[in-house]
Amino acid sequence: MIAPAVGVLFDGFAYGMLLFLLSVGLSVTLGMMNFVNLAHGSFAMVGAYVAVSLMGLGWPFFATLPCAFLVAGVISVGFERTLFRRVYRASDLQQVLLTIGLAFISVAAAAWFYGTMQQPVRLPVYLRTYATFMGINFSIYRLFLIAVALAVTGLLVGALDYTRFGAQVRAAVDNQRMAQGLGVDVDTVFAITFALGSGLAGLGGALAIEIVGLDPNFTFTYLIYVLIVVAVGGLGSIRGSLLAAILLGVSDAAGKYYVPTLGAFLIYLVMVSLLLWRPSGLFGRR
Amino acid sequence: MTAPALRTTGLHKSFGSLVVAQDVAISLPQGARYALIGPNGAGKTTLINLITGALRPDSGEILLGEEAITALEPDSRVKRGLARTFQINTLFPDLSPLEAVTLAVCERLGVANVWWRRLVGFRDAVDEAYDILASLNIGAVCYRATRELAYGQQRLLEIALALATKPKVLLLDEPAAGVPRQQGGELFEAIANLSSDITVLFIEHDMEVVFRFASRVIVMVGGRLLVEGTSSEIAADQRVREVYLGRSRHG
Amino acid sequence: MAGVADPHQYLAAKQRWAPIEVAFWLAMLLPFVLVPTYLPLASQIAITAIFAVSLDLILGYAGLVSLGHAAYFGLGAYTAGLIAKAGWGEPFSGLLIGGAAAGLFGHLTGYIVVRVRHLALIMITLGIGLLLYEVANRASWLTGGNDGLQGVAMWPLFGSFDFDLYGYTAYAYSLAVLFAVVLAARRLVHSPFGLSLRAIRENERRMPAIGAPSRARLRTIYTIAATIAGIGGALLAQTTQFVSLGALSFERSAELIVILVIGGTGRLYGGVVGAIVYMVARDRLSGMNPQYWYFWIGLMLIGVVLFLPNGILGGLATLLPRRSRAS
Repeated sequence: MIAPAVGVLFDGFAYGMLLFLLSVGLSVTLGMMNFVNLAHGSFAMVGAYVAVSLMGLGWPFFATLPCAFLVAGVISVGFERTLFRRVYRASDLQQVLLTIGLAFISVAAAAWFYGTMQQPVRLPVYLRTYATFMGINFSIYRLFLIAVALAVTGLLVGALDYTRFGAQVRAAVDNQRMAQGLGVDVDTVFAITFALGSGLAGLGGALAIEIVGLDPNFTFTYLIYVLIVVAVGGLGSIRGSLLAAILLGVSDAAGKYYVPTLGAFLIYLVMVSLLLWRPSGLFGRR
Repeated sequence: MTAPALRTTGLHKSFGSLVVAQDVAISLPQGARYALIGPNGAGKTTLINLITGALRPDSGEILLGEEAITALEPDSRVKRGLARTFQINTLFPDLSPLEAVTLAVCERLGVANVWWRRLVGFRDAVDEAYDILASLNIGAVCYRATRELAYGQQRLLEIALALATKPKVLLLDEPAAGVPRQQGGELFEAIANLSSDITVLFIEHDMEVVFRFASRVIVMVGGRLLVEGTSSEIAADQRVREVYLGRSRHG
Repeated sequence: MAGVADPHQYLAAKQRWAPIEVAFWLAMLLPFVLVPTYLPLASQIAITAIFAVSLDLILGYAGLVSLGHAAYFGLGAYTAGLIAKAGWGEPFSGLLIGGAAAGLFGHLTGYIVVRVRHLALIMITLGIGLLLYEVANRASWLTGGNDGLQGVAMWPLFGSFDFDLYGYTAYAYSLAVLFAVVLAARRLVHSPFGLSLRAIRENERRMPAIGAPSRARLRTIYTIAATIAGIGGALLAQTTQFVSLGALSFERSAELIVILVIGGTGRLYGGVVGAIVYMVARDRLSGMNPQYWYFWIGLMLIGVVLFLPNGILGGLATLLPRRSRAS
């Protein structure tokens, strides 16, 4: 009775941490520029394919992770500088269209280069084992995932609260015009934040392969989950994203285990009700 | 004696620890021309937002004529005869002035939710809108898109939209803001020529304009009423001099 | 500047029938004689155009972005399909019932939708669409689930026109409904209500200050748009005698936005032109791997945003000299 519950809770928590990695970047950039970036999932997919390709070349799994982060970040900033910045002042609709167009192209590009089948991931043997505690099996890989996500959260919160750059980011999220007036170079701050956020998505993408698999539809499959996390957590709020991601991960795992007939119904229902109660999310301003 | 056109009692509003309106009580007699002055941040626009319902007061009451309107939605207050203009142009950039004002007239006549009859069929509404625009000297440009209008013409359109609601009380938030001084004078001539049935309260920084067009002046400082009186009383008031006239004048 | 001195003439000119409109509707009759083998495609186009016009009313005119409009289309489709399956195969009444069901659901969800903006609006419309999809998916005893709703048997239209294999009846029926929908939308757009929708899109903050209850207006148009979408869905169910889960899917909603944007938002015929261009292109390229079709859609979207923000019709309008300027 207890053991499955703990197992479900553990799996859900790990899944939530993964969703947090995938979505925190979008939350911060959306909060700062009000830029609805539906191509965020594509940067996660870039990270995932980078990891798969490097492992194909014989790289060890751990060495591919920083590369997934870097490549996704660099590619994203390229798009930010050339394409996205043209529509920051445009309507929601224009932003949605441009970024969803890019997401479509990324799906096609992934299918072109890698085919439409699931990609294999070769984990080190010790990550594929289980630790047994009080008669319950805990996947080592999920423990590792949780550790990475917690470390990232700690780094993010620390950087935001205690560094000069973090202060600039907070100022820009809080009130862009005011920050500009105080001499913050919002443009550059945003580009760096965008790269970091997309890099984290890339890292999340690489870590996600083992849990959810990888094919060209990855972008859209996770886009909806990422958007739920961002909208429910509240734009620009790291705490909100973390809470929403854990909530979503645990309800998803619990829903699948206890009420499989309801499917994703429950999650959508909870999201719609939460947004009705608080349209700007749990930790949103305004 | 008839009831005042507009009256507030004990209006109070604060955001957290910031008090933006404190015990504000004003009373505007029918047909009066009142000016509302005070330094920046005195709470003048906030007061207009409270009266029109854009903000909800924490406490206090607002009466339009004899009716309490404190709990009404902003659009219901407009329907009862309380109109306003905005300090920063709040117009419909892609509509022509004729369309915008005709819409406002249709709203007043309660026909703006009619979707099965053509707009051209409402000839009286169109005529009335055109007359309002012509009376404010923007009849000649009323077929262009609003965003193509000169700034001063857009300020006049602000007033035209408010007039289309046939207000009993008209609240003008710096109607001449950003308009060159001479044109500002013309704008106030237009306001002075409004029917004497309309009670007007306007916010203005230019004291010459205030003294010329207002019968009485209300002075606000820090969310409170400082003093109310005729132009000459205000001009002579020592406290007003200290907080307001002593400073540089705004254009 | 002379020539437009009279306000009535100015407003009348805005809503007068243009010769090109008449020509357009005559051209819509051409498939009957020129390409009769393509009549099923022509019906699909007319149905998609109805759906796109309904989205244009909320997105193009009132400015509400919806990522879940397929909910109402699918609801209309399943309602009409189920009625026919249950033994009432009369097309016209089925069409109206399908529209009414979608309209009722639109009215109820409208109370939720008009309360939110920006990301919350996108997520709530998306959520409503996904919710309905899940419901239909789970209720496979009723809807057929993944296999789709089969056994939709239609009676002859008005008791005398059978739905033939070549699609003559289907296209005539779809085209007539499209024409009626565009006529109604045309009337609405040029009414005081239509004007107030454009005003909400232009500056919602000003609306209360002219005495307009904008939320109530948005609820009304949301209900109307849902009804029209439901009529389009019902028409699909009746002419293809089948309903698939795809009618409710997110892909359907997203595709519809693409169609409308390509044609041009906030213009009566934007959705119709978009439907023609998109459906014909997809038909021509149907041999292509769907993944690459997505590539072209993506490229089109980016191109439209960067170079043709008002769609095909907007682009044409800037090329052609404006009639109203003549003096």
